[in-house]
Amino acid sequence: MPAEIPSAAVAAEGVGHRFGDVPALRDCTFAVPPGAVVALLGRNGAGKTTLLRAVVGLLRPYRGRIRVFGEPAGAGVLPRIGYVAQQAPLYRMLTVEQTLRLGARLNPHFDAGYARRLVDAGPLPVTARVGALAAGQRARLALAVALGKRPDLLVLDEPLASLDPVARTEFVGALMAEVADRGTTVLMSTHVVADVQDVCDHVVVLGGGQVRLAAEVEPALAAHRLAVGAERDLGALDGLETIEVRRDGGEFTALVATAAPPDAGTVTWHRPTLEELLLGYLRTGAPHPSVEVSLA
Amino acid sequence: MITFRVDRRSGTAVYAQLVQQVRQAVRVGRLAPGDRLPTAREVAERTGINPNTVLRAYRDLETAGLVEPRQGSGTFVRPSLPQPQVDVTALRQELAGWIGRARAAGLDLPDIQALVTDVAADQEESHTHAR
Repeated sequence: MPAEIPSAAVAAEGVGHRFGDVPALRDCTFAVPPGAVVALLGRNGAGKTTLLRAVVGLLRPYRGRIRVFGEPAGAGVLPRIGYVAQQAPLYRMLTVEQTLRLGARLNPHFDAGYARRLVDAGPLPVTARVGALAAGQRARLALAVALGKRPDLLVLDEPLASLDPVARTEFVGALMAEVADRGTTVLMSTHVVADVQDVCDHVVVLGGGQVRLAAEVEPALAAHRLAVGAERDLGALDGLETIEVRRDGGEFTALVATAAPPDAGTVTWHRPTLEELLLGYLRTGAPHPSVEVSLA
Repeated sequence: MITFRVDRRSGTAVYAQLVQQVRQAVRVGRLAPGDRLPTAREVAERTGINPNTVLRAYRDLETAGLVEPRQGSGTFVRPSLPQPQVDVTALRQELAGWIGRARAAGLDLPDIQALVTDVAADQEESHTHAR
């Protein structure tokens, strides 16, 4: 029997898309292993939502293909995906209880008891109308409905954007408990770098519709250094893969893809924090790859 | 039971912060042999830390001989903690000599601390990769 290669939870291959004449995604290729918690980062308009909608099967990209658990993205694999779109869209006129009932009616394998427990742990008032809930409560309800499907892949579009710090902690706690219980794969978009630090173990950085970085967090940190020095010593970066150089008053700071920086010279090398690493890749998100970004 | 906290500002990896916190809790006696560590799920739900990260930290602690998993009941601080006899005095003297040389070379305290942190992280990393 041939060895079974565990297939990726999500695999995108050369995915491209455009809205009219406006390119949205270009040649996006990345893979997400099962059980990973992935942050999809990018500036506004980088293509995050388009990519997530393509993964869920709500949008068919012009080019390339996306597979979810080995199947083409679309109706076939949809029962295994829980999706919460931006701002947790729910019917404002329904009560919390009615929303859960609707979730059960729309999803054949809906675990109503589990969704109800998540709502009660909120705690959310089941008789309240959705329109009367605070943003954090609405986000929790949307998560409860998505988790009630008992999905193997959870796709969340900016789930934390509208939450206050307390609601954020509760939401992330409920999400991570689900990951612990069921090994659910999570793909969530955000543009807040701090959101990903303790939550995500993988990152995909989009810039100008392209994948700038797709990696596991720890190895990616270990494989980069931040170089700081005088501009006249920029030559120290020759032959190295430089992600971004910023100049300021005769000094430069550069993010370099190397685990073993050269010792010699006056340039100092630091380990980047996750924020420094991600900002370096986010700032290079121009439509045409360029290694230099001048200070605004 | 130990409560973990994550310093997002520090450049230290989250799993490494958890490892450090358990080590320190054992050192100061806040965790005693036989004490159970919270499950990955408990940590995940309470603090929002990725459970995979918690499990990675526990694996590291297990490899270091500090904790042991018991089938079905959790991860426990080991009854017989390996207590290597460390000659702190000798290490201290060596360090004093080295700091003297670093100062003579013009490094100030923050420079020295940054260098120590960086070299330690390098060793930690090659150690991790060697496993």
